Amino acid sequence: MFKHFTEGIIKNNPVLVLMLGLCPTLAVSTTALDALGMGVAVIFVLVLSNITISALRKVIPEPIRIPVFIIIISTFVTIMDFTLHALSSELYGALGIFVPLVVVNCIILGRAEAFASKHGIFTSFLDGLGMGIGFTIIIFLMGAIREILGSGKIFGNIILGTTFAESPVIYMILPPGGFLVIAFLMGGLNWFQQRSK
Amino acid sequence: MNSAFLIFLSAFLVNNIVLIRFLGLCPWLGVSKRLDSAAGMSMAVLFVMLLASWVTWTVYKFILVPFDIVYLRTAVFILVIASLVQFVEMFMRKQAPALYSTLGIYLPLITTNCAILGTTFLVIDNKYTFLSTTVFAVGTALGFALALILISSIRERLDLADIPDALKGAPIAFITASLMSLAFLGFVGLLGLSI
Repeated sequence: MFKHFTEGIIKNNPVLVLMLGLCPTLAVSTTALDALGMGVAVIFVLVLSNITISALRKVIPEPIRIPVFIIIISTFVTIMDFTLHALSSELYGALGIFVPLVVVNCIILGRAEAFASKHGIFTSFLDGLGMGIGFTIIIFLMGAIREILGSGKIFGNIILGTTFAESPVIYMILPPGGFLVIAFLMGGLNWFQQRSK
Repeated sequence: MNSAFLIFLSAFLVNNIVLIRFLGLCPWLGVSKRLDSAAGMSMAVLFVMLLASWVTWTVYKFILVPFDIVYLRTAVFILVIASLVQFVEMFMRKQAPALYSTLGIYLPLITTNCAILGTTFLVIDNKYTFLSTTVFAVGTALGFALALILISSIRERLDLADIPDALKGAPIAFITASLMSLAFLGFVGLLGLSI
């Protein structure tokens, strides 16, 4: 049972292995806090849409299942959008257009189609949670690396000394840094897997 | 006229949708292995992006705002785009089979392309007029095409290069993207445009 939970975290990691949800991973990982916010938002939508779709899987007619999934997902995205706006307008502003764009995050529709529409409610819940945590770990890692190198801080606290914080590697928080960090995370995972064979 | 040109330039180069805004990365990586499929995808994106921006702009302005249901934006836009793509696909198959055979296979992929939905949201957030919307959509789609055609030409050459095993495939494409993105940052400040 718990295989479904752990699978999404490492072996089938949505970002590094399945290459889904790349856009938000690169776009909102300039600071660790924004990245964590995005991760939690995706977990929220992914878990609730997985549960709902799994509960309704026998009712949804096969030919129109994709539009139905999209409506269910966009409902939860709208709820998340308003909740986030009410809780922290600062984070909402930082995530910007990527909040409503969670609706086209391929991880969510992908899990609805490949998993939740075929499995029971509790396993779908575990799968959503595992995939969501897998996504959050990677986006948080990206955010942390880019924030530490790009501004010398983590969660806004200076950690690499004030000299570094005054002239950090700005490249890392600019768009090119996002591409570079994800490239080396993927490359690192490949290298690790090839070596352990 | 001057501002229309600035909107175009901003969407095309300075805020390039793939390399600076990070939208539409999945098709950008997925179909960039061959130059001809990249050209087909670019055409399909240009076509759908223009239609989708027009339709969502009209729906927003004349349905969502007058009835005060702006909060349904996310759900309405994605459904409008999905049905639009379906309709275009059916129309094209009947009326223009030649066009369908070149663009057809890319059309279903476009529904979940966040570049399209992202552009329609940006149009609303920037409060563009109909003319600006058109210019913005064309500029964005051409920016996507430029980035896609550049990377696919580079990737055709990368196939022959000697790359460390662990970096083959997606990682080396991302490293290339990083360098391209850095080059595109050079356009910041062009005619006073910022990211």
